[in-house]
Amino acid sequence: MKSLGNIRRSFAPWADPQSKPFISFRNITKKFGDFTAVDNLTLDIYHREFFALLGASGCGKSTLLRMLAGFERPTSGEIILDGQDIAAIPPYKRPVNMMFQSYALFPHMTVESNIGFGLRQDGMPKAEIGERVQQMLKLVKLEQFAKRKPQQLSGGQRQRVALARSLAKRPKVLLLDEPLGALDKKLREETQFELMDLQQQLGLTFVVVTHDQEEAMTMADRIAVMSHGKVVQVATPAEIYEAPNSRFVADFIGDVNILEGNVKAAGNGRVELAGGDFTVRAVSDAAPSVGTSAAFAIRPEKLKVSRTAPADPAVNTSEGEIWDIAYLGDMTVLHIKLPSGKVVKTSMLNAQREVENPIGYDEKVWVSFAETAGVVLRD
Amino acid sequence: MKALGSSIFSRLVIIVPYVWLLLFFLVPFVIVFRISLSTTAIAQPPYEPVFSLADGLSGIIDNIRQLSFDNFVWLTEDALYLNAYLSSIKIAGISTLLTLLIAYPIAYGMAQAPRTWRPTLLMLVILPFWTSFLIRVYAWIAILKPEGLLNQLLLSVGIISEPLIILNTNWAIYIGIVYSYLPFMILPIYSALEKMDHSLIEAAQDLGCPPITAFWKVTFPLSLAGVVAGCMLVFIPAVGEFVIPDLLGGSQTLMIGKTLWNEFNSNRDWPVSAAVATVLLLILVVPIVFFQNMQAKADEKGR
Amino acid sequence: MTRWSRFNIVSVALGFAFLYLPIVLLVVFSFNESKLVTVWAGFSTKWYVSLFNNQGLMDAAWVTIRVALLSATIATVLGTMAALSLVRYTRFRGRMLFSGMVYAPLVMPEVITGLSLLLLFVAIGFDRGFWTVTLAHITLTMCFVAVVVQSRLLSFDRSIEEAALDLGATPLRTFFEVTLPIIAPAVFSGWVLAFTLSLDDLVIASFTSGPGATTLPMKIYSQVRLGVTPEINAACTLLIALVAIGVVIASIVTKQRELQRQRDEQAAVAGR
Repeated sequence: MKSLGNIRRSFAPWADPQSKPFISFRNITKKFGDFTAVDNLTLDIYHREFFALLGASGCGKSTLLRMLAGFERPTSGEIILDGQDIAAIPPYKRPVNMMFQSYALFPHMTVESNIGFGLRQDGMPKAEIGERVQQMLKLVKLEQFAKRKPQQLSGGQRQRVALARSLAKRPKVLLLDEPLGALDKKLREETQFELMDLQQQLGLTFVVVTHDQEEAMTMADRIAVMSHGKVVQVATPAEIYEAPNSRFVADFIGDVNILEGNVKAAGNGRVELAGGDFTVRAVSDAAPSVGTSAAFAIRPEKLKVSRTAPADPAVNTSEGEIWDIAYLGDMTVLHIKLPSGKVVKTSMLNAQREVENPIGYDEKVWVSFAETAGVVLRD
Repeated sequence: MKALGSSIFSRLVIIVPYVWLLLFFLVPFVIVFRISLSTTAIAQPPYEPVFSLADGLSGIIDNIRQLSFDNFVWLTEDALYLNAYLSSIKIAGISTLLTLLIAYPIAYGMAQAPRTWRPTLLMLVILPFWTSFLIRVYAWIAILKPEGLLNQLLLSVGIISEPLIILNTNWAIYIGIVYSYLPFMILPIYSALEKMDHSLIEAAQDLGCPPITAFWKVTFPLSLAGVVAGCMLVFIPAVGEFVIPDLLGGSQTLMIGKTLWNEFNSNRDWPVSAAVATVLLLILVVPIVFFQNMQAKADEKGR
Repeated sequence: MTRWSRFNIVSVALGFAFLYLPIVLLVVFSFNESKLVTVWAGFSTKWYVSLFNNQGLMDAAWVTIRVALLSATIATVLGTMAALSLVRYTRFRGRMLFSGMVYAPLVMPEVITGLSLLLLFVAIGFDRGFWTVTLAHITLTMCFVAVVVQSRLLSFDRSIEEAALDLGATPLRTFFEVTLPIIAPAVFSGWVLAFTLSLDDLVIASFTSGPGATTLPMKIYSQVRLGVTPEINAACTLLIALVAIGVVIASIVTKQRELQRQRDEQAAVAGR
């Protein structure tokens, strides 16, 4: 895994203006009757990237994937794969393969013939098919299940067969539609790392559709957050989490506290908001005009809670009262009621918590945060 | 479910229909077999020996001695019967195949229809089944007659110059069977196709199958259970069909159902017709048991 | 990627044309002025008049309806019981034989069923007539009812029954107060199926009926053998109309219920 880390660290073709995208969606629109599933969307995905399309159901992410696979035709726009416009190519001639959400394993075929199915369509010699199937079985560690039917496998095993089947043809791009949706939590977490490992080993481009933000953050090099047929933000998991570009993304990814306010001063990389429980003084490149309303998004773990007032209680500090305490094992979540009645959420790793004299219900506390702890969002 | 399993209610639920079917379905077959071993008599009923409990045990044993397999020997000696059996199987087989060829595209089309339409389409397939079978067969007489509607149409369009002779031929029987049994073939195939996960077809295409290949490699094999069920539902009753060959077929058409009917109603030879029925049942026992097993398996899956 | 392609539409349309054209033609020619069934000579309802004056046909129709009502009702009771046994009791002695006896009549050639029942009635000295036809029809149609009800029971949520038992209802009351109301639509369609099958049957009725119990199909059959007449077309049209009206009413009722249910659901979601 060490080498993987090294590759990962240096892998950022999207930041390099010289590198050419491997897959390009250009002004793609897809309508079903009156309903616009994908709305004038433009997106680039790079070779060997692990790319995640993240969004709630109905946001158009699956439609986008299905257009890449060829099951849906864009209403307008073009899809370029490896320099070729593939809009007119039927699914069975595209060099991409898909792992279906339902796995779509053929129930009348054994594991072996499921995996070899695509190879047989290409007319590959029998011996070669056998060899490739063995290789795939080994890759997903299912050698002893070759002769079984899909119905005789567990959910996790089926998932592996589906994966092996879609990889057998060595596609240029592997599409994964909610690949881990049907697995239980524990197995899902294990499989996430296996998928990442596999993607590195094979050097393939993966495009995964998911509604599970944790899954997307774990696996993907970059995430496109989608809503109503549009891409709201494309960035690395860390950027998306630390610097969401909109309330939607901030709210969609993880827990967040949104502190509303009016812009009192802005400029030179600093913004000051007032009017809420906090006087927010933040480091930000956003330059909202003075007098407009804006918001400051801050993650629960970035809020500090203390019994005594911080050094400069005027800035980024507010009094509050403990409203609710949830002990989650590894961390504790505190809900704190601010003077205006607004409740903010803070979380604290239990490793840092005072075991002797923990903060209890109804206690008066101080909530504060650093200037760089959150982002300013314009309306 | 002990509470339900042991109550008087649950016992009654099993016993009543069970006894009914034993009495009115199974016992009659035993009697058919028994009478097939009797000889014809000019009496009421027209066969002997007649069993009667009044004879006592010795009388019954005496009666059993009189039973013989003569009627079955007779069936093998007269080529009429053998030909009728073979011809029935042939006609039923051809009709079943034709029904399948016509029903499959319809069932497939229905299964592909927009979801909101499907209940209506299904209803439309079942609807003719609610009208009388006899009426539906009867309707074809007026269509297939030499001066009938089909010939009128074809003559007026100019496709043919002489009326086609269809009525009273095997073709009329094929048409009649296909028409009457079509819903029985469509429904199981449709339900197999409708249940199928569409992503399987997409997966096949994704892996390089053009649509036609995807159909033969995935869709068709997965609908096979429906196809087999449909074929059974058509073939088995068609072998013993009486009304269709009688009304649409010619006098030279041999089908065993018609033979049995004539033997019974015209010749009043009850023992021979019982023997005919026994042999027909023996022929059909394999497909019937196969059909039952399939049904039972489908139930297991549904449970 | 429209799945409802032209090929699909054409095959379904042709299929329905094949299914319905003969029936439509039959209905049309029942209103034909001419005695010839194949040549249109103008609109007339005279065959309906002569049909109602045909005492033989009318008597037969009356017998048929009585047989169908009685046999369908008893067959529905027996068939529902059979379905319950098949679905609920996976093991009892002779279950294989039982399920065999339920499925076999569905495909058994009618000549065999008819002949065997006739021989039974003769053997036990039961005079043939109204009751023998009714008994025969019950035996045949209860199996169809069983299949229809069974398919509904298979998708039945058992925990609803278990809840009733848990709350202290006896199995009998559970059946009548919980199970039956839920499966009622299937039981009803089983009844309708049994009714039409009985209405329709020629072969079994011919074997098992006796003097004074001639059914409509038997009457129609004997007339058809003599030749096709518009009067028979008229009789058939009335039968078809009867069935069509029944089906239309049933589907309107179901549709209304479905709409009501959807409205209720929407109202519930909206929190009203």
